[in-house]
Amino acid sequence: MPTILSYLLRRLAILLVSIVIAAAVLFVLLRLLPGDPANALVSVGADPEQIEAARRQVGSDLSLSQQFVRFVSSLARFDLGTSFVSHAPVLPEIGKRLAITVPLTLMAFGLAIAIALPLGIIAAVRANRWYGSLISVVSQLGIAVPVFWIGILLVTVFAVNLRLFPSGGFPPRGWARPDAAFTALVLPVITIAIVMSASLIRYVRSATQDVLGSDYLRTARALGARFPEALIRHGIRNASVPVISIIGIELASTLLGAVVVERVFSLPGLGSMLLLGIEQRDYPNVQGVLFISTLLVLLVGFLADLAQRLIDPRLRDRSGGASR
Amino acid sequence: MSGLTTRTGSTLESRQMRARTALAAILIGALAAGSALAADFDADATINIGSLYEPQNLDNTAGAGQGINEAFNNNVYEGLFRLADSGEVEPVLAKDFKVSDDGLTYTFTLQPSVKFHSGEPLTSKDVKFSIERVTSAESKSSRKNSLKPIAGIETPDDATVVIKLSSRSISLPYNLSYVWIINDTATNLTATEDGTGPYELADWRRGSSLALTRFDGYWGQKPSNGDVVFQYFTEATALNNALLTGSVDIITSVQSPDSLAQFKDNADFTVAEGKSTTKLLLAYNDRVAPFDNVKVRKALARAVDDAKLLKAVWGDYGTLIGSMVPPTDPWFIDLTKTDGYDVESAKALLKEAGYQDGFSFTIDTPNYDPHPIAAQFLQGELAKIGVKVNINVITANEWYSKVYKAHDFQATLQEHVNHRDIVFYGNPDFYWGYNNPKVVDLIKQAEASTTTDDQTTKLKEANTIIAEDAASNWLYLYPQIVVSAKSVTGYPLNGLNAQFFAGGIKKAD
Repeated sequence: MPTILSYLLRRLAILLVSIVIAAAVLFVLLRLLPGDPANALVSVGADPEQIEAARRQVGSDLSLSQQFVRFVSSLARFDLGTSFVSHAPVLPEIGKRLAITVPLTLMAFGLAIAIALPLGIIAAVRANRWYGSLISVVSQLGIAVPVFWIGILLVTVFAVNLRLFPSGGFPPRGWARPDAAFTALVLPVITIAIVMSASLIRYVRSATQDVLGSDYLRTARALGARFPEALIRHGIRNASVPVISIIGIELASTLLGAVVVERVFSLPGLGSMLLLGIEQRDYPNVQGVLFISTLLVLLVGFLADLAQRLIDPRLRDRSGGASR
Repeated sequence: MSGLTTRTGSTLESRQMRARTALAAILIGALAAGSALAADFDADATINIGSLYEPQNLDNTAGAGQGINEAFNNNVYEGLFRLADSGEVEPVLAKDFKVSDDGLTYTFTLQPSVKFHSGEPLTSKDVKFSIERVTSAESKSSRKNSLKPIAGIETPDDATVVIKLSSRSISLPYNLSYVWIINDTATNLTATEDGTGPYELADWRRGSSLALTRFDGYWGQKPSNGDVVFQYFTEATALNNALLTGSVDIITSVQSPDSLAQFKDNADFTVAEGKSTTKLLLAYNDRVAPFDNVKVRKALARAVDDAKLLKAVWGDYGTLIGSMVPPTDPWFIDLTKTDGYDVESAKALLKEAGYQDGFSFTIDTPNYDPHPIAAQFLQGELAKIGVKVNINVITANEWYSKVYKAHDFQATLQEHVNHRDIVFYGNPDFYWGYNNPKVVDLIKQAEASTTTDDQTTKLKEANTIIAEDAASNWLYLYPQIVVSAKSVTGYPLNGLNAQFFAGGIKKAD
């Protein structure tokens, strides 16, 4: 199908340009931070020769342009390199971290949608009932509350006091013990889902409100459709178009927002790798994490775009025309 | 900057006597353990140890950080000697050693029938290989310098190692306690291991945990547990919660004093206070004005009420110190009175130094606890004598670039973890730039001593001089607090060199 093909090619080109820009920005920002990656390798007592040897080892003794050439050439070979500090290859390590961050994000995301869709629709349809307003107020509150605070609160209540779930950490055997791994993720998942659904509820509510006031819904009802039936058959499909693009953005930001939650719960995910990498100026780790997460974010955006096209024929048709 | 030691230069007789005493102690320990075995504890238990110090990699010559000492010293790797929890230097893989009369040749006999985890036997070649790893050009070991007197290592036979020195080094056995003995055919040591210790590495999940399992071929006393899992946390609160909820059995070193109450008043937990070697310092750049003036440094020392700071940070824990040497070292003397808290005399000293109107300076303050709190406290204290403090918060990484390497600072706060680190005052190129030829000489002479008494005398003198000079402002000595579940016993109490021997830990059935 040529229309789909040209669309995919265009998206791919955008993807590549985005990655190149992201990589360059990343390179510069990282090196603007004061400090030196070699510092993570030495301790008090090291003499100047040892520090210089460490700088040579990590390449921080090179000029910025030399470092950039190195960085770009290895990136072109899809080589994310080896951590300065742990000496572990970056890509396999990211793979291990994703085994925590991706399930965490997806479960939180699924839960957030399961909460937000019904509540958002109810808040719109029953806007003038007390519970409709209550949902709106509570969701506004949910947006205002910082995610780490919710995490700490959940730990205090459900882990420390009620002993229902572990307070943090990931089981040493990882997913080899699925039950333990799953229970370790329960509180982090709920934490993210609460924050995420709070903002989603508001989007679903306003998208539904738009639909409620629309002509086609009025027409459908005039033609004799009952309200719930009209809402489900026509309303939800239309409302889902803007909601999906918001969901795409939310999913991407959750992936990165997991940094805070992983910290609160001491989870060895992508976020904690990023944070430690920044503290230690471990450029290969930071670059690797940001590079892979940029890819993931762009991929999510792409999938959201695709989903919108499948739902909305108008968008589908438009893609067949000349490129914008 | 060599580490300095006591006792280890003692005569063969006294060492053998100590060995006998140690043997007796082991036998008594074994008997006690034997009688306890049936009823008291689970010999195959998994001990979950919670810690904030994850090793960055598994090689202590490749910048692994202090966490590797905690997890691996005498658990996975052993040295010819070890720094015991008591502060004594004990022989481990060295069965015996002789020192030549000129003090320049050390001949070590190795323990027989020691096997590496890979199954290969320990030979003198492994020892030579291991020491040379630490002294090599690529080595990032902070102890590299202390081994500088080593001129050559010979291996006349598989069981004998001869170390030749270029100058006397009374601390050699102590310094060798920092050298892991590694199989000379081992590779990829940043991610794997091949040591001789009671445990071998089972699994390492970066960012999360490091699991050790009992090594069945261990030559020495079998551990009183089956597995040890170090679980790593980035937040002290998360670590405390893990102990409260039973995910871990022990916290190796509590760093959040506020959290102690919840364990102290709880019958399910034991709070044990041991001795640490971690000192909090306000280190001046002694090269630059006004800190090149000893009167100014003394005035600042007198203006700060260390006891109040310690109380504010640690409550009833911790110890006041008047110099760099903690009470566990043989050359300790109580110097807290040398520049005791006295605001009036501080003002007088400032006036004598020509700063009657005060001055202002910047403290480069690492951004993690307790440095920012201490900086604010100092700001308040020094304001009383008209000295204005600016606080510049920096990361640990920046600290190394700006302060440690470039010496681009006026004053800084830093916790100094190392054991026996008074030697840093004998190095005028060290970051704080303290330069007193008398001290440099005393510290050099101490290392060349023939007896430990001689060494102790010299270091006591050096210690007194740096205190008189108020070379830095030693604020306090950290407490070493281990908290455990009641069911767990037998862990080391002191945090010397951040080690944590796991072999003796017992978990009740």
